[in-house]
Amino acid sequence: MDLISTKWIIHLLLCGLFYGVSCNSVEQKIYINLNDTVPCVRLLNATHQIGCQSSLGGDVGVIHFLESEQNLEYVLTNGNNPPYMVILESHLFNRDVMMKLKNGSSRIAGVAVIKPNSNPAGAFSPHTTCPNENTGVYSESYDPALAHCNGTMWNPNGNGLSYEEFSFPIFSLKDDNGTEVIRQCYMDHNRAVNGSVPVYPLCAMELSSHMSAVTDTVTCMRRSDTSGLSLNPEQVCDPLGNYNVWGATKGLNNSASGHSENETVVVAAARLDSRAFFHGISLGADSGTSGFITLLAAAGALANVTREAPPPRTVLYAFFQGESFDYIGSSRMVYDMQGDKFPIDLDNIHSLVEIGQVGLHASEGLWVHTDPVSRRNASIETEVKNLTDIFRSVASSLNISLGEPDVSQPLPPASFQRFLRAQPIPGVVLTDHRTSFTNSFFESMYDNAEYLNLTFPAGLTPEEQFNYVTDTAKGLAKVATLAARTLYRQAGGAEERLAGINADELTVAHMLYGFLIQTKNPWFEAIVSPEDLPALRAFPPEHYVGVNFNSNSSTKLVSYVFANLTGTAVNVSRENCSNSGTFEDAADSTDMNSYTWVRGVTPPNATEPAGYCVRSTTRLSRAESPAFLLGEFNSSTYSTWSESRWKKINARIFLVAGHDLEMLTLGLGLAVLLLSLLITFFVNTKADFLFSSGREPANATY
Amino acid sequence: MTASVFFGCTFIAFGPAIALFLFTIARDPLRVIFLIAGAFFWLVSLLLSSLVWFISVQISNKESAPQQRGLLIFGVVLSVLLQELFRFGYYKLLKKANEGLLALSQEETMPISIRQLAYVSGLGFGFMSGAFSVINILADSVGPGTVGIHGDSQHYFLSSAFMTMAIILLHMFWGVVFFDACEKKRWWCLVIVVASHLLVSCLTFQNPYYVGSLVPTYIIMFLMGVWAFCCAGGSLRNLKLCLTCKDKDFLLANHRPR
Repeated sequence: MDLISTKWIIHLLLCGLFYGVSCNSVEQKIYINLNDTVPCVRLLNATHQIGCQSSLGGDVGVIHFLESEQNLEYVLTNGNNPPYMVILESHLFNRDVMMKLKNGSSRIAGVAVIKPNSNPAGAFSPHTTCPNENTGVYSESYDPALAHCNGTMWNPNGNGLSYEEFSFPIFSLKDDNGTEVIRQCYMDHNRAVNGSVPVYPLCAMELSSHMSAVTDTVTCMRRSDTSGLSLNPEQVCDPLGNYNVWGATKGLNNSASGHSENETVVVAAARLDSRAFFHGISLGADSGTSGFITLLAAAGALANVTREAPPPRTVLYAFFQGESFDYIGSSRMVYDMQGDKFPIDLDNIHSLVEIGQVGLHASEGLWVHTDPVSRRNASIETEVKNLTDIFRSVASSLNISLGEPDVSQPLPPASFQRFLRAQPIPGVVLTDHRTSFTNSFFESMYDNAEYLNLTFPAGLTPEEQFNYVTDTAKGLAKVATLAARTLYRQAGGAEERLAGINADELTVAHMLYGFLIQTKNPWFEAIVSPEDLPALRAFPPEHYVGVNFNSNSSTKLVSYVFANLTGTAVNVSRENCSNSGTFEDAADSTDMNSYTWVRGVTPPNATEPAGYCVRSTTRLSRAESPAFLLGEFNSSTYSTWSESRWKKINARIFLVAGHDLEMLTLGLGLAVLLLSLLITFFVNTKADFLFSSGREPANATY
Repeated sequence: MTASVFFGCTFIAFGPAIALFLFTIARDPLRVIFLIAGAFFWLVSLLLSSLVWFISVQISNKESAPQQRGLLIFGVVLSVLLQELFRFGYYKLLKKANEGLLALSQEETMPISIRQLAYVSGLGFGFMSGAFSVINILADSVGPGTVGIHGDSQHYFLSSAFMTMAIILLHMFWGVVFFDACEKKRWWCLVIVVASHLLVSCLTFQNPYYVGSLVPTYIIMFLMGVWAFCCAGGSLRNLKLCLTCKDKDFLLANHRPR
């Protein structure tokens, strides 16, 4: 063979090795894998475990589409082929049905919920009726009349499903072609026609979501090998946590800590995270996202005026992560302030303004909540009255309806409560509800863009949708202007400058699009650093706090947006931007500011975007509960939430054969084996005789 | 489906082969060696034929279904011919090895007769062929699901196991007949063996119409079994005597008095 054909054959062989390996055609004949499923996972705290658990190899059950609550009888008692995998439409995913399924769990292999494409009517909130009941400021010692939501039941629609423990897996399916396949399989094989029993083979589903951690955080942290001695360390759970984003109108010395002399700060707070029963579909449009978008827009509105005419007090913007889980972020920041680990401490705080749920203000108006207990102190009372008066005057000048609820009403669940736990501080929380939440989908998968009326006219391309200013955006921009002007006045700024403080509606529209619809848009692509560009996808970011530093989360994006809205561009090269030695001037140093290199936009005559260096005061501070820092895993003062680890999560459908066919196969196999053993033994012993006709009988006898 | 189907199908497919191995081959190391060598020869023939098929598939048009089916048929035929070629090659090798073994050993008679070699090599071919036919199917039968969600027949596992059992036994019978025909230089017997192998392999193209492939295969297996029994020295008279337990009387009667 000459050289050319040898090379050709070798080349073919190598190509073949790449292509030929993967497909296992028998497996493809049997199983259909379901992509795009969201599992419910297990969370643990100091005393309980919540969420769902499956068996180690997955749970298999015969599919049954539940038609109504009465149909539950079939699954729980009547049906002939337990265990069942119950598939629920969204209107049946409520507390009654889930509790009945939980009680009958010996016949239930798992549950799959079909998430509809549009929100249902009515209310649904899987959170508790009194969110963060034990870690807020209202306890027996603070004021027994207000503890445990005795004063106001904040979330009356809450059914507490997110905090129940289920011993079977629960997955969420999208209502698309994959689910159509399941429906077809059910119609073909499982449907009992008019009382007749469905005949094998039946359509079945397997859900695997085995969680490693059990009982509570104390147990799982004890079982996790953190000593570093084992060669193969096995972690079974991780504490929930991420990073808080904070920044200020004036640089604060990040290398200093503890009390800062001559510094008074007005804290403007909002929360970043939200949650739902299924962590993967928690957008929290009204619950959390509306608040931080408003605060970001307010920070952008104040950026210029605080540079030109700095007010006497600094405004510190704080975006807290993990607030849905017993105030992880704010408790950590207060702990750092108390322990002199933060550039300022609690004595530096003059007052606090928090922006809570403001997405539905268009129908409900805005309300400022205050804490009645701390207001019994005269000096705090004066400060609070001052603050609310500023709010009122700014609101009337902007034609926004703003009111104050009854003075005896406590604060709604808010990060401000953790500050009050440490020290009485005057402050208000701005929301769109007077007493109980108006959000009927609080912390659920239906609290999404559609709930905020973020709808675009038909026929727009994604680019046009991105630039379209909806009424929601206009409304939130007004709230942001209100907040910005109030913050400026509260910080001691001059009244004359107020008219120039306006939040930009297009920026708010861009933020709503980026945080609720998809992160891949021109503005985000321009303000992130080049390394983080691949993280921008055609999905909204995850607003669940998660563990470690989940790259899907919104924290980094919020820090980039904050840097873009409040920072300035500096003319240095990329290498110098990340080099702290470049800035020797004390005011420019990296102690007082942070520098990030961002992508920028592509100039008209170029192919690559022209990056630039941004100077801002954005900082990230660790948002992990102090309970894990101190090792007090059964703490009742701090959040002890942790998330279990898991190995494999998947869902697939297939047909199952009847038990009798399987036993028949086994019996047949055993029969064949025994028969062949007998025959072979018989033939073997008589072999000399049986195969002797080719030889003379005489030879055989010797 | 589950463990019961896995074990059921394993016993159906490999039951006779295991029984034969346990009782007739396992005690004699020489037979074990020749069994494994036979399995290896079959493996090499499969490797060659799969190489040829693979290259031809890469060259061909992957989109055209009739072309792919034609290539499959071509592959099957080529594989059968190569297997029989390697059986012949093994026969030649064994003849040469036997002379060598005789020269080496101290005894006068051959330690293993050519008939026993025919049986052992046929079983070796059968073991390896059965393994390649059915192991991946058995591996998937352990999971919770059964074939059928895309409309295929539900009896896939069971029929594969029965087919494999037939193939293993057939290889053993073909081995016996083949070697006997080579010894006695009856070339038309060889042609019949090759033709029946081709027929059985091409019958599998009837799947998923399992009745159409399994029933003729079992008929052929039965016929080949009878033929192999006769080639190996059996006869109907011996069988009748054995079954009625009169074999000992027969031996005693034929015992020449001293």
